[in-house]
Amino acid sequence: MSLASPQPDAKGRRGGGGRHAALARYIAKRLVIAIGLLFGMTLVTFCLTNLVPGDPVAAALGQRAADDPETVARFRAEYGLDQSLPAQYVAYLGRLIHFDLGTSWQTHRPVSADLAKAVPATMEIAFGAIVCAAVIGITFGAWSAYRRGRLTDQSLRLVSLVGISLPTFWTAIVCFYVFYYRLGWAPGSGRLTPGVAAPPRVTGMYTVDALLAGEWRTFVDASAHLALPTLVLTLYTVGLLTRFSRTSILEVLDQDYVRAAKAKGLPGRTVFFRYVLRGAAVPILTVVGLAFGSLLSGTVLVESIFGWPGLGSYAYQASSKLDLLAVMGVGLVVGLVYLCVNLVVDLAYGFIDPRVRVGR
Amino acid sequence: MTRVETQDRRQQAPRRSLTRRLWRAAPPGLRQPLGLVAALVAAAWLVICLIGPVIAPHDPLAQELPRFTPPGEIAFLGTDELGRDLLSRILAGARVTIGLSLLLVCLSMLIGSVLGLLAGFFGRWVDETIMRFTDLVLAFPTVILAMVTAAALGASLFNAVLAALVVSWPPYARVVRSIVLGLRGNDFVFSGRLLGFSAARSIRVDILPNTLGPTLVLASLDIGTAALLLSGLSFLGLGAKPPTPEWGSMVSAAVSHFDKWWLGVFPGLAILTVVMSFNFIGDALRDALDPGVERR
Repeated sequence: MSLASPQPDAKGRRGGGGRHAALARYIAKRLVIAIGLLFGMTLVTFCLTNLVPGDPVAAALGQRAADDPETVARFRAEYGLDQSLPAQYVAYLGRLIHFDLGTSWQTHRPVSADLAKAVPATMEIAFGAIVCAAVIGITFGAWSAYRRGRLTDQSLRLVSLVGISLPTFWTAIVCFYVFYYRLGWAPGSGRLTPGVAAPPRVTGMYTVDALLAGEWRTFVDASAHLALPTLVLTLYTVGLLTRFSRTSILEVLDQDYVRAAKAKGLPGRTVFFRYVLRGAAVPILTVVGLAFGSLLSGTVLVESIFGWPGLGSYAYQASSKLDLLAVMGVGLVVGLVYLCVNLVVDLAYGFIDPRVRVGR
Repeated sequence: MTRVETQDRRQQAPRRSLTRRLWRAAPPGLRQPLGLVAALVAAAWLVICLIGPVIAPHDPLAQELPRFTPPGEIAFLGTDELGRDLLSRILAGARVTIGLSLLLVCLSMLIGSVLGLLAGFFGRWVDETIMRFTDLVLAFPTVILAMVTAAALGASLFNAVLAALVVSWPPYARVVRSIVLGLRGNDFVFSGRLLGFSAARSIRVDILPNTLGPTLVLASLDIGTAALLLSGLSFLGLGAKPPTPEWGSMVSAAVSHFDKWWLGVFPGLAILTVVMSFNFIGDALRDALDPGVERR
């Protein structure tokens, strides 16, 4: 097998010009698919919330008001629910082109305004968690792969298996109990201690905004509130990344070029960072991208426990009230983030691995 | 390696006991101490599924003990906010969570396999339609889609299973489709068609049996995920209705009484051990059947 395998970058160099055009075509194709998927998502949410037995009007108004025909009629007219379903859907898409996501039935604010508040709150924990999980997961995975079959490998396998099997909502409660109630290390729920004013809004992420405004105390307080939700989401993701990194690194460790690097007498650290990690980076990065998506999904179960006013809490409230427009808004945002992350990951391949480089 | 094993078996077969034969038949992942523990834990939970309510010290629904009793003499794992015995509720709840997870996995396997078979076997527009739809569902954030479906259908355990089903069939469709695509070009499938097999017969005789192995491995890995999703939905109040002893909704009782640690810890441990043992078994099965990195 080793005799027949070509030089690593022999493939990438072939084909000559038109590379930039190929890259542009690739991105355009991905974007078209992404837009198609987002369109499909609105359709699926729309059908789900309309074709099922639950009555959104009753859910939004409460049973008392829903018994009064006049209130119901006014409500339906206000939100365009008196039109036929296809007409409603077309009207929604028409507004969507202007980035108007409609008005939420429960908060009576534009969905886009609600999302603008909720998304940065979630991103703050999601970014922290994915960075921590990636660093820890890849370290554990590499360690496990280097000690394949030994005690370290077995223990790390157990650790990652526990991580994958943890019910997030349960970890959140246990962490809250231990670190807040018992030890008092972590502050209570919410994004800031009551009394601490939110920093002037730039990004909507309190830690970043506080740093930008130079409010050191607010930054410390916001970071302390971030710690527990981030920890829980890290635990949720780290098991998956450990296992995957282990498999990818094991595959690379068997390659001839790694053996050659070792045989040349390069120090172990150089071999690891320049050869092994770089070779395994593409599959690992893909899984990090996928994990980020599932992490956004996982916030639904975590945020309600920490009283975190993010996307997850918003999605939960919206779907339990059958707040159609808000739910579609959440679906669109998460879908958009998911597709963007995957696109970035795909493009990053080229920078890491010369074999898949499309540019120059 | 296989030949050595066959010779070995021929020499010793008559004297070997049933346990030893089971041991040899088990995938290597389960022959390690950890794997053995996982298999035993899973078996124990399956037994509890069958006889749970019988061995429970109290009626899981009866509010007959002092409220919020900590674990100890009166109740081994304590009592909840209504004075119900936690141990009895956990034992009775095994049937709900594990039973429904198994049901969910079977249903997603069924739906996913049928769609995958159709897509792979008929190809062209059938394939395109089914696979684009699969992509669409996969692109959705799982928990959010399941949550919306469950909320729209109304909170009940059966609806939670339906909602989870909406998000959990796509992996099966993909796997089965890829296997069918690989099989379709094989001589034995061709010769069947040349003999005049109908599409249905060809699928039944030549294709379906070959998709079973990988699908079952995927299913065994999926039981844990299914249990997490279902208990998560119940935790959000979108699954089991109040008196039903379901582990996820038992944990949710701890949110409002989080100083009573036993309310949440024990049902959560039950979920964790179930999911872990099934994940471990699924893992071992995959290692055994997949000649990948793990066994090199």
